[in-house]
Amino acid sequence: MDAANPLYGLIAEFETPTELVEAARRTKEAGFRKFDAFSPYPIHEMDDAMDLHDNRVSGFTFIGGLLGCIGGFGLATWCSFVALPLNIGGRPLISVPMFIPITFECTILLGGLTAAISMLVMNGFPSPYHPVFNVERFAGASRSKFFLCIESADPKFDRQATENFLVSLNPEEIAEVAP
Amino acid sequence: MAQPVELPDQIYVGPVIDEGHSLASVSDKVGNIVLKRKITLGWTLGLFLAIGLLQALAAGAVWLFMKGVGVWGINIPNGWGFAIINFVWWIGIGHAGTLISAILLLLNQSWRNAINRFAEAMTLFAVMCAGMFPVMHTGRPWLAYWMFPYPNTMDLWPQFRSPLLWDVFAVSTYFTISAVFWFVGLLPDLATLRDTSKKRWQQVIYGMLSMGWRGSARHWQRYEKASLLLAGLATPLVVSVHTVVSFDFAVSIIPGWHTTIFPPYFVAGAIYSGFAMVLTLMIPVRKFYGLDDIITMRHLNNMAKVTLATGMVVAYGYIMEAFFGYFSADKYEKFMIWNRMTGPYAVFYWCLILCNIVTPQFLWSKKIRTSPGILWIISIIVNIGMWLERFVIVVTSLHRDFLPSSWGYYAPTIWDWAVYIGTLGFFMTMILLFVRVLPLITIFELRMLLPGAQVREKVAH
Repeated sequence: MDAANPLYGLIAEFETPTELVEAARRTKEAGFRKFDAFSPYPIHEMDDAMDLHDNRVSGFTFIGGLLGCIGGFGLATWCSFVALPLNIGGRPLISVPMFIPITFECTILLGGLTAAISMLVMNGFPSPYHPVFNVERFAGASRSKFFLCIESADPKFDRQATENFLVSLNPEEIAEVAP
Repeated sequence: MAQPVELPDQIYVGPVIDEGHSLASVSDKVGNIVLKRKITLGWTLGLFLAIGLLQALAAGAVWLFMKGVGVWGINIPNGWGFAIINFVWWIGIGHAGTLISAILLLLNQSWRNAINRFAEAMTLFAVMCAGMFPVMHTGRPWLAYWMFPYPNTMDLWPQFRSPLLWDVFAVSTYFTISAVFWFVGLLPDLATLRDTSKKRWQQVIYGMLSMGWRGSARHWQRYEKASLLLAGLATPLVVSVHTVVSFDFAVSIIPGWHTTIFPPYFVAGAIYSGFAMVLTLMIPVRKFYGLDDIITMRHLNNMAKVTLATGMVVAYGYIMEAFFGYFSADKYEKFMIWNRMTGPYAVFYWCLILCNIVTPQFLWSKKIRTSPGILWIISIIVNIGMWLERFVIVVTSLHRDFLPSSWGYYAPTIWDWAVYIGTLGFFMTMILLFVRVLPLITIFELRMLLPGAQVREKVAH
């Protein structure tokens, strides 16, 4: 990278989702690793094209739900058995069926919160600033346009060669992304 | 991704989104309601009316907190009155939002895309209204935190065997998860507003709220996974919430409450009233904001069908209640149902049958399902009917129980009405503000319904 003229990467704009998926597939085949595609709605074919199979959200959610389940039942049991044991009509202090609703609600609560928070954290949110926002036309990414950005941090990145590669993908526009 | 489905002619009532829309046009159409549209006289008058009604809540609450729950009509034997009726009614209304956003997502029903945002907002506001009632019913809202388990100097802990405590957990979980699900769904649309708004303050506010969403494929992949997980968790949650609400009644030993049919019958009733409320709100909104190309006849038709189907489940519940009363051979149960049908509150019971069983039968006609005006009137009747249902359940079971010497009669006071009407004002205020500050339709999911949005076959290998 040129020290005097730092660059985050190069971004190419496409008109249709089909072109974007094709471009992403070819970028991956060309050996680039640090690149990203941007679209105004989720494109499921993209997961295969870019080899995205991050299942950690599910894993975290399961752990969150499990903690909620144990925590909910534990809370009910501890309160009724240890902290405030009340004999009501000879019923058992640990009344398992009566503790199920709260156990269930705590499972959902912690599972749901974990799903949302782990998604936000792994996506790096909140991040109000990102270099791609410097590209004026990028505003279209949340409306009707499709973008592919190859980062200069990629080992294969070369200012001229990468631009030639992007041109070969037949985009509408190519722009430099300031860091 | 949602694929357009070919339907046979006799059931086809139109597309989920009208022809002629593009990725840009749906974004603008929905976004401009927030960003460009001028504040109209109708909206201002509506807000004026809503805030006017809201004052009834303020007055009712102040008087209640000064004097105590004695200002309401409740007294032994009717320890429960309007507060519980309205709580159950509002919570039930909320259920349609979660059903549309979660269950229909899991069932891959693409028509939900145009209505889920609005229905979820309705859920949040309805749950807020619902949540006010138990807090007010305690008469000492400043001690409401006693409902939560926390270490305290009194060395007391909540009673985990009580359905009332289950309610605390169920409703607070429901509100939290609905709010989170709603916010997650909003992220991409907030980014759209950020990128299309021209005013600096709008860019800053929507920019902060959208958390820097930029539509990255890596983000979408996790986003879709999290949405699916949230939908999967919200689905049993919504069923559990009204089940727990019904446990408030069913776990007791009061005649007419102590029945096993209550959980499914309450859940169906909740969805029934919720869909009716979605129709009540959606039909005017669709008209005022000219959204009939996005919220099409297909949506109204489908919502009317769900209303009819859940209405039939509710009708089954009423018939079974009467049958149990007769078949139980228990004189208190038998008396309860007879008293409900012929006693001092009989007129409410028969009105409820008229509103909830007779009226929805009109929805068998496709002509009625596709006439917004008539559908709107039916939806209001169903809302009233569902309120009457809760009134009949709460009041008739309590006012004449086992001992004739302890019988009584319940009538609401002006303060009961003030609080109830006040929450209607609160609900309207929130809905009116919502349609002006947030996109009332999920834009990114609408884009997925467009014909050009799918990836063509040649690269999908």
